[in-house]
Amino acid sequence: MSDLKGYRKPWWHTQPEYVHPAYGSTVKRGPLQPLIEIPATLSEVTGPVFSATTIGKHAADLTAGHAGESIGERIIVTGRVLDENGKALSNTLLEIWQCNAAGRYLHEGDLHDAPLDPNFTGLGQVVTDAEGRYRFTTIRPGEYPWRNHYNAWRPAHIHFSLFGEAFAQRLVTQMYFPGDPLLPFDPIFNCIADEKARNRLVSSLDWENSKSEFALAYRFDIVLRGRHQTPWEK
Amino acid sequence: MSFQATTSQTVGPYFRIGLSPLYRNEVAGLQAAGTRIRISGRVFDGNGAAVPDALIEVWQANAAGRYRHPEDQGAAPLDADFVGFGRIPTGADGGFQFSTIKPGRVAGPGGCLQAPHIVVSVLMRGILKRALTRIYFGGEPANAEDAVLALVPASRRDTLMAQSDGEGHYRWDIHMQGEHETVFFAV
Ligand SMILES: [Fe+3]
Repeated sequence: MSDLKGYRKPWWHTQPEYVHPAYGSTVKRGPLQPLIEIPATLSEVTGPVFSATTIGKHAADLTAGHAGESIGERIIVTGRVLDENGKALSNTLLEIWQCNAAGRYLHEGDLHDAPLDPNFTGLGQVVTDAEGRYRFTTIRPGEYPWRNHYNAWRPAHIHFSLFGEAFAQRLVTQMYFPGDPLLPFDPIFNCIADEKARNRLVSSLDWENSKSEFALAYRFDIVLRGRHQTPWEK
Repeated sequence: MSFQATTSQTVGPYFRIGLSPLYRNEVAGLQAAGTRIRISGRVFDGNGAAVPDALIEVWQANAAGRYRHPEDQGAAPLDADFVGFGRIPTGADGGFQFSTIKPGRVAGPGGCLQAPHIVVSVLMRGILKRALTRIYFGGEPANAEDAVLALVPASRRDTLMAQSDGEGHYRWDIHMQGEHETVFFAV
């Protein structure tokens, strides 16, 4: 058996380091020893595949499934999931979570003194279609304080988790909103040295998918690692 | 749009909201073939303090050494009652535990078989990208010929070894830093 094609290494400064002192918790939690480079084996080029059957009924509409209307500004989020070779990743699970419009998570660890919304849980799941597209409806999340430093506030964001096609492609990230004045001050957003890479975490206003008198839309495309190609493959 | 991979961000402290629907600490179904094992351990930070807000994700082959994935075209049979994925959050004491079957050997680099192992993603508040590691089995003769283990300095291989403490139970801790810092991989 010949060796398997591996996955591309990240472009310089487009992925965070483990220890990023501006984000205080990384100092004692990020590994300090250099990572050991290993070839991609069957263990890394395979991974769990989740089908639409694992998805709950209201999973693509975070405003649905409660007794009443969620409070806040309704928004639609759409995008495509591709790999670095431009291949659409179809049938890929996205797990989504976020705080409510007031900046409060439905989680006992969230001690922020902002109201919970009984009609908003903040959990979503979607699977991409044949062209790698996904779409969900939610409430625009609020900003919230955290204890990293004095007057530390997270910019509004939605958490995303993706498996892709292989364990090597696993990605957890966050989507931000255009024009958020907190972005320049957020150590998590600014963990990425490369400015263009950083700004790709900021969604863009999407008129095409907005629904008049219902909801604005934001577009957030996600790229997972691509495999090395041999020259005759395109 | 750009075709550079999207930047990773931390899962933060509230991942349970989005990730709990796929929590799985029984990796093997009741009818799955193979030797039943249980693996438990704790996650520690650089101060030796427990990490109560970490998430462990595991992926492994079945007892015959076959992954449930189209890329694995090996001759070994699939097992109808085995997927191979687990996702376990740590508790207040940094502890996690899952049950599974011991994985078989799968093909490795250069056509050699790898020693039985489980691949692991470690996610937590306080790391900005997942940390990738592996669980091997202490005392397993095949470890001596494993191509991945051979890349790990001998003095650090212990950090990858789950150690049996009898009756199919193995212990495997994760140290993010310190004298016993777990070996993490780049692939
Ligand atoms: Fe958050």
